[in-house]
Amino acid sequence: MSTYSESDVAPFGADRETVLAASDSGLHIASKLRASHLGLSISGLGAGFAWLAFGLSCLWWPDIGDWPRTEAVAYTAFAIAAAIVVATAARETLGRFGVGLQQRAPWFLALGLFLTLWELATAKFAWLPLPFFPPPQSIVEVYTDDLPKLLDSVFASVKLQLGGYFIGATVGFLTGVSIGWSRAVGYWVHPVLRFIGPLPATAWLPIAFFTFPSSWSASTFLIALATGFPVTVLTWSGVASVSSAYYDVARTLGAKPSFLVLKVAIPAALPHVFVGLFMGLGSSFAVLVVAEMIGVKAGLGWYLQWAQGWAAYANMYAALIVMSLLCSGAITLLFRTRDHLLVWQKGVVKW
Amino acid sequence: MVALARAEHHPVTAGAALDIAGVSHAFDIDGSVLPVLDNVSFSASPGEFVALLGPSGCGKSTLLRLVAGLEPPRAGTLREDGALITRPHPSRVVVFQDPTLFPWRTVWNNVALGLEAQGILKTQRHRVDAAIDLVGLTTFRNAYPHQLSGGMAQRVALARALVNDPKILVLDEPLGKLDSLTRITMQAELIALWQRSGFTALLVTHDVEEALFLANRVIVFSDRPATIKADIAVDRPYPRHRGDPHLADLRRQILGLLGLDATW
Repeated sequence: MSTYSESDVAPFGADRETVLAASDSGLHIASKLRASHLGLSISGLGAGFAWLAFGLSCLWWPDIGDWPRTEAVAYTAFAIAAAIVVATAARETLGRFGVGLQQRAPWFLALGLFLTLWELATAKFAWLPLPFFPPPQSIVEVYTDDLPKLLDSVFASVKLQLGGYFIGATVGFLTGVSIGWSRAVGYWVHPVLRFIGPLPATAWLPIAFFTFPSSWSASTFLIALATGFPVTVLTWSGVASVSSAYYDVARTLGAKPSFLVLKVAIPAALPHVFVGLFMGLGSSFAVLVVAEMIGVKAGLGWYLQWAQGWAAYANMYAALIVMSLLCSGAITLLFRTRDHLLVWQKGVVKW
Repeated sequence: MVALARAEHHPVTAGAALDIAGVSHAFDIDGSVLPVLDNVSFSASPGEFVALLGPSGCGKSTLLRLVAGLEPPRAGTLREDGALITRPHPSRVVVFQDPTLFPWRTVWNNVALGLEAQGILKTQRHRVDAAIDLVGLTTFRNAYPHQLSGGMAQRVALARALVNDPKILVLDEPLGKLDSLTRITMQAELIALWQRSGFTALLVTHDVEEALFLANRVIVFSDRPATIKADIAVDRPYPRHRGDPHLADLRRQILGLLGLDATW
């Protein structure tokens, strides 16, 4: 979680620096800006050279294996190198895009160097044992030649994950609000939650695949379970910790119980709910992959398993990359939603 | 507060009479009973400004919660215009010591809370605008509470109460946490709002000077369990002056009742 909170806080940190810089004397700022501009163009040019080096490393030495995409990868690298250099030179005219590119220039540089090293260590000199560490061009080959199967797997995973996550989040939210609000519901549900909740959802896997009519419904249930527990607990604690002063104010203004739940308890608990949704997302990813590996005959988890069966290591790396893009994309989406809904919290709480 | 002078045409809400008869109350704390109010009786006539003064923790705020209808008393009755008070009602609105604005709502939506809870916001949106204008926060209508200063937040809380046209405005040390300059400004504003709207005001305060500056009557309470020690009429026209020798006399008298006369 700390990783995300740091990347989240970063823009604010940058803001603060700008403000501090603005309070400096004008002369100071001007010289600072000139220095930073020079730094930016150096890292931009460096990034261009790193990608050029990657392209050259593909062509300079012969491949020690049979990879049809080596040349295509090399020319793509050259194109990227050229694009980086051009964008660096023309950054003034590119507006926000140019600024974004310049800020990421050090990362482009590091990536270019990493790819060069990877290329040399695998396809050219085999410093790393070969079938287990495929070169970049063989992973590119997976994306070009095995795309339909990979896309099918992505689609299956997303469908399963979305269904399970939404069911789990909805049920968890409603349960959490009910426990937090009603003593009677809390009396009955709390012990059940304490008994069953901490159990890892994957422990249900064997039973779920027996008892549910299809492996799809079983996996949906497990993903919902993994999502539901943290969402329930955090929604509940959020509702329970709402200050009674808010209820007093609303009651003296004529609020009915439904208003107290919908317009006081739930909005006040929303920051907690989002922590629960975040935790639920993490644990549901784990369940998704395991369920796909064991029971469901589709999805990225299944693709990984299948690739391992055929010793198609490049396919495994390709699927892993896609998977991590999807997971981080989902979490980014969740954070965006949170920032939109909790705009009132800006500067109050950050997690 | 420029808006105040221009707003004279606004319909005047008549205050309600408040009758408190033989009210006693107690709290259960760890199995033992802690009496906080002991046989308290007094009446406020419509439109009167009554200040409740007493030592810290004597039970004045509890009395306000009973008037608001947030809790039923252990004994005795409270009546608003003759009708028994059994539950909260927007004709009796409380302004608490903390503004307790809802942080997820803008100033406008905070002020709109009462009308929204009563389900009449759709037709009465202009009342929200008028209440915000009245406390001089027109330019802050879309701000969130964390962007407001303490005085501004308490003004929003006042607007949130006044938008309901209360017959009894219950003020639980509403200026207690403000700095002294803001407090002096807001005391004058409170008087202006009260004269304009005509509600009955019930103010709990620790500040003898504040009570004498604002109220028609000052009721002095004893230590817990609170009983009424004195009921003092403050027969002075508004606007009052803090240096008024008659008020200084009353202050000495009240501090004497609270056992603090040696300090003045």
